[in-house]
Amino acid sequence: MNIVAVCGMGFGTSLMLLMEVQAIGKKHGFTINGEAVDLGSAKGKTCDFMVASSEIAAELSDEAVEVVAINNLLDKDEIERKVMPVIEKLAKGVK
Amino acid sequence: MLALTEKVISLDVEATTPEEAIRIAGALLVADNKVEERYVEAMVKGLKDVGPYIVIAPLIAVPHARPEQGVIQQGVSIVRLKNPVVFGHPTNDPVQIVCALCGTDSTTHIGMLQSLAAILGNKEKLKTILTTDSKEEIISITK
Repeated sequence: MNIVAVCGMGFGTSLMLLMEVQAIGKKHGFTINGEAVDLGSAKGKTCDFMVASSEIAAELSDEAVEVVAINNLLDKDEIERKVMPVIEKLAKGVK
Repeated sequence: MLALTEKVISLDVEATTPEEAIRIAGALLVADNKVEERYVEAMVKGLKDVGPYIVIAPLIAVPHARPEQGVIQQGVSIVRLKNPVVFGHPTNDPVQIVCALCGTDSTTHIGMLQSLAAILGNKEKLKTILTTDSKEEIISITK
């Protein structure tokens, strides 16, 4: 599946998030492709879901896809707990 | 992996505002020839424009800007604030550790980000960074 990780610059925290989500997906047997972008570029982007820090996620409430909001980007448990249900839901819906 | 030196670490720095804290962390990168002055301005502007999302976890802020905004060489600086500073983040305030980051393009700094996340996400190492009096100790746990 395809995800978009978002931060203010599309360069630092979004990359951290993307790598973490990919690692979590891999652990559970899912291949996750994605890109890290800045907030402006994220709007309207086609993907299966988005992930962002909660600050940024609040700005993405108009998006068509689900936006997973993370408070503590260094907390692997929080990321896993919030992201895995979305990944599993998508995996069931996708062939 | 972070290739830290004593030059880019500053402990128990006095700052009262987020902008001041970011400027101090940025000045370390400038002094170490990692970024141009304008990169520091871009980090400050980033905070004003996009808000305190750089507070990625409780106590930790990672200000950064983009490669084209004056990066000379990839790097990271670590500033420990004497008194915690409120950045305005809903869950992660206040900030005590400020790590200014700079990368030369969108991919080569991935290793640096991974190392940094692994260090700051490690409770023992974070505790050391929060409490030690020795820059050497910080360098040794980030190797």
